[in-house]
Amino acid sequence: MKVNLKGGFVAALFVALALVPVAAQLLDQPFYMLVAQRIMILAIAALSLNLLMGYGGMISFGHAVYVGLGAYAVGISAFYGVTNGAAQLAIVVGVSALVALVFGANSLRTRGVYFIMITLALAQMLFFLGVSLDVFGGDDGLNIDQRSTLFGLIDLNHRPSFYYLVFFALVTALYLCHRLVNSRFGMVIQGARSNEPRMQAIGFPTLRYRLTAFVIAGVMAGVAGALLANHTDFVSPDMMHWTHSGELIFMVLLGGMGSLAGPVVGAAIYLLLEELLSGWTVHWQLIFGPFLIAVVLFGRGGLLGLMEKGGPMAGRERDDG
Amino acid sequence: MDWTLLFEQLLNGLQLGILLFLLAAGLTVVFGVMDLMNLAHGSLYMIGAFVAATVAIATGSFLLAMGAAIVAALIIGIIIEVTLLRSLYGRGHLDQVLATFGLILFFNELVRVVWGPEGLEMPLPAFFDTAVTIFGFSYPVYRLGVIGVGLVTAAFLFLVVSHTRIGMLIRAGASDRTMVGALGVDIKLLFTLVFGLGAALAGLAGVMAAPILSVAIGMGEEILILAFVVIVIGGIGSIQGAFVAAIVIGVIDTLGRSFLDDLFKLFLPANAAETAAPAVASMLIYILMAAVLFFRPQGLFPART
Repeated sequence: MKVNLKGGFVAALFVALALVPVAAQLLDQPFYMLVAQRIMILAIAALSLNLLMGYGGMISFGHAVYVGLGAYAVGISAFYGVTNGAAQLAIVVGVSALVALVFGANSLRTRGVYFIMITLALAQMLFFLGVSLDVFGGDDGLNIDQRSTLFGLIDLNHRPSFYYLVFFALVTALYLCHRLVNSRFGMVIQGARSNEPRMQAIGFPTLRYRLTAFVIAGVMAGVAGALLANHTDFVSPDMMHWTHSGELIFMVLLGGMGSLAGPVVGAAIYLLLEELLSGWTVHWQLIFGPFLIAVVLFGRGGLLGLMEKGGPMAGRERDDG
Repeated sequence: MDWTLLFEQLLNGLQLGILLFLLAAGLTVVFGVMDLMNLAHGSLYMIGAFVAATVAIATGSFLLAMGAAIVAALIIGIIIEVTLLRSLYGRGHLDQVLATFGLILFFNELVRVVWGPEGLEMPLPAFFDTAVTIFGFSYPVYRLGVIGVGLVTAAFLFLVVSHTRIGMLIRAGASDRTMVGALGVDIKLLFTLVFGLGAALAGLAGVMAAPILSVAIGMGEEILILAFVVIVIGGIGSIQGAFVAAIVIGVIDTLGRSFLDDLFKLFLPANAAETAAPAVASMLIYILMAAVLFFRPQGLFPART
């Protein structure tokens, strides 16, 4: 019964997301569509982070870097006149996979709080790299004059088309996560979170598995970044700032860590609340900060966790070694 | 090679290292004793700087500003320890990181409400605002003062930790918290004291930095990440480690920013060197951190083995 409540809620959320362009058209509020589109893009990034945090027990505090890398890959290729979407996607995937591989190989050797701090510091390194690259605008960022082209099939300047492309990407990402988590690979990752020595004892090279998960999550966040660059027509180092990595973690947490669709719900809550509060008062962070603290103290398991009391998230043990 | 410039930059690096040490010492002790990961440490530093600048502007007295900043950071530190952080000690590091992230948002906004979005300029008293000539170049007295105060504080801290009862309890707490509690030590009070000590050091760092760096919202986060790099390299929980790593990071970062382009010009065309040097300089310490961790995942001076 309670599981149905959760499933129904997620289904309703997706139906609502699918209908936003229609509603925006009827109400003559194109702004709604932009908000919903941003929610979906960041939801993809949060989904990828949940693979690491919720299933792999790897608390990456630098996940916004891959979003930024994806965005810069689009921005820089457009800067040099390459706007072909397929070529850009190849670059996005290549760059984010490579960086995730290097960062992962470096940070996955460590545990617990070291892992948190190292992912944080490595991310900050790329943030400063972005700041110091004057060719691409440095601190001020880089405007993207032309959005990605998709062989004339989908025009990203046509708002509803772009919106449904993002919607499709989100559904695909969710499906991929579902397949991944329930595959043999996903079982190994979850096994390594619960008891790594045991997984190693029965013969799994867990580091390789966890590194693969790290790279997959990085690439997914990179794709989200590519969409975000087209959404804002702009990239800047700020996208990689560690506060944005913190935001992604909160999105995962608000929806319910380790529940498949949780990050989508979390991204929606986080961004809508930010939108509402900032519309209400300039000093919205005075309320938002304590709200986040309250979530940490009392809201473990997130919204979906609340709908499913006694589920797998109840009585979760310390999850970072 | 310009030797006086090198020497001047070495002093600048030492001074940055001292500031980093004041922040990292508090972070690393709090982590070592309470197992608490506190992102809001940078907020205490920011509050210290803002309070110091306000008092200095109002009274013109640097010493008064320093005292006020340390007391303000201490009081706010104790308030957040008693009201919030205390209930986080038993939680996972993720919860601690997230809750203190919420604190950062709150404090940044609070500072914006109280002092406005502009930031402040901290005036220096006349006797500090001069330069002395050492080894043929002139160097600001204030920066030498920062190095002096930092070294004295570091020495004081080592003495406290290695030769006093409270220091003994801190060391005992770092190696086995539960046992210290079982032996009848008021562990709650000890934790509050340790946290207050860390907060006061952060406030002191804030005063020291205020006239050199800009007093602005968000100043805490920038230096906080550097302090993290310091304690990761030094070994979390180790004050000696934090000291050595802080100086190394300060010097390498400063020298990298001033000499890397000359170094690159030796084997790169001039304009390529000018593009690459600032990029590499800004990443230098992170590369160093990655290298240290690759060979010694527990840092240079691990507190617990």
